[in-house]
Amino acid sequence: MIAALAVSGCASETAPSKTAQVSAAPAKPLLPGLDPLAKADAFPSTYRPMPSRPIAVVGASVFTGTGTLIENGTVLVKDGKVEAVGAGLAVPAGYDTVDARGKWVTPGLIDAHSHLGVYASPSVPANSDGNEMTNPVTAEVWAEHSVWPQDPGFNTARIGGVTSLLILPGSGNLIGGRGVILRNIPARTVQDMKFPGAPYVLKMACGENPKRVYGAKGRAPSTRMGNVAGYRAAWINAQDYQRRWDDYRAKIAKGEKAEPPKRDLALDTLSGVLRGEILVENHCYRADEMAQMIDISKEFGYHVAAFHHAVEAYKIADLLAENHICIATWANWWGGKMEMLDGIEANAALVDAAKGGCAVIKSDDPDLIQRLNQEAAEALAAGRAAGLTISEADAIKWITANPAKAIGIDKQTGSLEPGKRADLVIWDHDPFSIYARTDQVYLDGAVAYDRHDPRYQPRSDFDLGQPGEGVR
Amino acid sequence: MRKALFSACAALALAFGVAATAETVAITNARILTAGPAGEIASGTVVFRDGKITAIGANVAAPAGARVIDAHGGVVAPGFFATSSLLGAVEVGSLGNDLQVDNPEIGAAFDIQYGLNPESGLLPIARLGGLTSAVVLPIPAGGRGDGDEEDDDASDYTAGPDHDGPKSHALFAGQGAVINLGSEDGVLTKARVAMVAPFGQGGAAVAGGARGAQIVALKQALADVRDYMNNKAAYDRGGYRELALSRGDLEALIPVVEGKMPIVAVVHRASDIRQVLAFAHDEHVKVILDGAQEAWMVAPQIAQAGVPVLLNPLDDRPESYEELAATMDNAGRLAAAGVTVALESTGGSARVRETRYGAGNAVSHGMTYAAALAAITINPAKIFGVADRTGSLEQGKDADLVIWTGDPFEPLSQAVAVYIHGQPQPMTSRQTELRDRYKTLGGPLPPAYSHP
Repeated sequence: MIAALAVSGCASETAPSKTAQVSAAPAKPLLPGLDPLAKADAFPSTYRPMPSRPIAVVGASVFTGTGTLIENGTVLVKDGKVEAVGAGLAVPAGYDTVDARGKWVTPGLIDAHSHLGVYASPSVPANSDGNEMTNPVTAEVWAEHSVWPQDPGFNTARIGGVTSLLILPGSGNLIGGRGVILRNIPARTVQDMKFPGAPYVLKMACGENPKRVYGAKGRAPSTRMGNVAGYRAAWINAQDYQRRWDDYRAKIAKGEKAEPPKRDLALDTLSGVLRGEILVENHCYRADEMAQMIDISKEFGYHVAAFHHAVEAYKIADLLAENHICIATWANWWGGKMEMLDGIEANAALVDAAKGGCAVIKSDDPDLIQRLNQEAAEALAAGRAAGLTISEADAIKWITANPAKAIGIDKQTGSLEPGKRADLVIWDHDPFSIYARTDQVYLDGAVAYDRHDPRYQPRSDFDLGQPGEGVR
Repeated sequence: MRKALFSACAALALAFGVAATAETVAITNARILTAGPAGEIASGTVVFRDGKITAIGANVAAPAGARVIDAHGGVVAPGFFATSSLLGAVEVGSLGNDLQVDNPEIGAAFDIQYGLNPESGLLPIARLGGLTSAVVLPIPAGGRGDGDEEDDDASDYTAGPDHDGPKSHALFAGQGAVINLGSEDGVLTKARVAMVAPFGQGGAAVAGGARGAQIVALKQALADVRDYMNNKAAYDRGGYRELALSRGDLEALIPVVEGKMPIVAVVHRASDIRQVLAFAHDEHVKVILDGAQEAWMVAPQIAQAGVPVLLNPLDDRPESYEELAATMDNAGRLAAAGVTVALESTGGSARVRETRYGAGNAVSHGMTYAAALAAITINPAKIFGVADRTGSLEQGKDADLVIWTGDPFEPLSQAVAVYIHGQPQPMTSRQTELRDRYKTLGGPLPPAYSHP
């Protein structure tokens, strides 16, 4: 304990010298904790891929995540990266051959909307850490500070093929805080799971939830117009904060004396959005509300990366495509409340069919996250029933390449292309079949789960010594 | 009551269905999953007339004059049965439902049949998922057996439930009914099919906070029912000791103590399941386990007691301390042990069409195909006492059946025709109307001008 304190004390003392160059030599150096730009990432990723060997996955039907299905495909993996993908490639010397004849390979699945860790199992009040419902704007909170890495749900999600996921705060607030993108690897700390180089995201929420939560407390917002006033006030504060820092830095740069603004964690995050560094992930069900949120984004100069839930997105598929906004939705969830009433199974397919449309199937649920492939199959079937021609090779993008794009990790993962992280899943059936189960799940070329090898079936601390021992 | 219902049905049939019911229909060239003793018929014909199946088999010819529907090698299966559903008793989840009562006078006596709504917009959507029947059960303290997503789980992520409606605080949550999802001849198939009671944590909650109090209170209640049965005259004169339950509740429990009406015991933990089995044995009452996430740990005892189990095959997380041993293998292991299993869907209302996918997942986790099919057809029909009418494709039974493009457990298969009591059902819903309205954007007039 004492040693740990001493170490952390050292760490904080060494920080100023590293960061001093960022704030252009003020007369009296700003302490790094007071400078929003001093340390880009206060909780840096310590993720390290597990050990892997060069492998050649041979003989499978390979969905690449780029719209292609390769029969008798080979996927070559080296140093944790995809090296080559093609039909019947020769296996180089020194590569372990993984016989996947009669099986299917997909990129590792990506869930663009999860609350694993922040609403961990068992769902007891002590594990309810996802909604800081004490103020309608809590841009200052970060979901990663609530993530419990021992949530058994991470393991069941991995069995379902999920290799990367966005953990979001809940939707009780207008602005709920930062989400964090994780590698789905068993770990002791959330930092060990953080996706290196992934952007941060900001969770916003439209509609019924914020107005219900705060209306019930007798404070704003209690209506949808109150919601909109709340978003706009927050962005005004953010722009004002930015202006104060810009003024301060300009004066310091000119050698003038200036008093620095007081650092504000909430406004730091909102400023990050306005600078384009933090992606906006906006919970919003209804078409008319999405259109309002698009106008707000234009008023203040940010971009909505994706609308989540978005069960009415099919009503404005054209508008969403024009504005390059993805939608992250389900096939089957609708009707639980008024703003979900018009949800239809073909939502994703109709959005995707618009020129430039971007559909994502996500879970928002610790059960559904285990079966994203089935939800995609249901969405695909509904699209076909609506008369659309959709290939399975395209539909697989709804749970791979498109969520990667929607949360800003598409340069690193989401498809089987040379140079990308070797995140892939071997399935025993076509993943659009209800009977498909994962045989192996690889992260960065390392086996993270193997259905046929107990050595690669991780269990959380919580499951040890419990009835059933976590065998799911 | 019975009589009134039949005449109402007859009137409706006269009003809407004369041509269809009088017609003989033969579905030919079908792979038939009978869910009955005939098993699977690789290629055959099913004939129905006046709402009943008149012939079924590989070598059955379409009768002269019959309307012939060529299934083109598609699958014909019994209409699926939604177990522990809310259908007909809920519209929008957040606006409440007709399945929860907080009334000290009405617990066991609560009878959901009077709240059923045949015009519910959820029924056409469920039908398109191949469902033709459902058992609708009251919601006890502590929630449903499968943990209703829309009321419990999801509410956490979405910042709490929209409504703060009544919650049952009674030992008995009331009596359920079996419904059919037909568009024409009403909704009720059979009322008062089971009595719901919470056990485990839910049971503890209604008995003052601890499990040990609940079983004691239940035994006292059943003893009161027996005393009441034997001393009705004294009770009516007011000359009998005070009983804990209202007269209505006592009356409603008479079939339970007589062993005619089963108790649906909502229960999750293995130790609580053992207690339910012991309670049923001691009290000579019939029970059905509902939820039963840890039932696989007690499978031989459940099988030996001949107790059926209702479960959601997708419950595999330690969602609560009552289901630490939850696993996807639960359904398969119970069926293999000889337990009669019926499969529930998540939530039981908006997502009830996922029933068939649950069956598929049970198959990929060790249940045989035949057992999974039975678990969404004939088993729930048997468990809730309507197997003489529906649940399998057999001569003499209701023509409740669905034509599928392929294996009905597969998401990529679609229902192409749904028959309930021989009546072809509309293959549309509010959702398909919305879909068709917005499928092509950019027309000259706003979408509101496009409607059926």
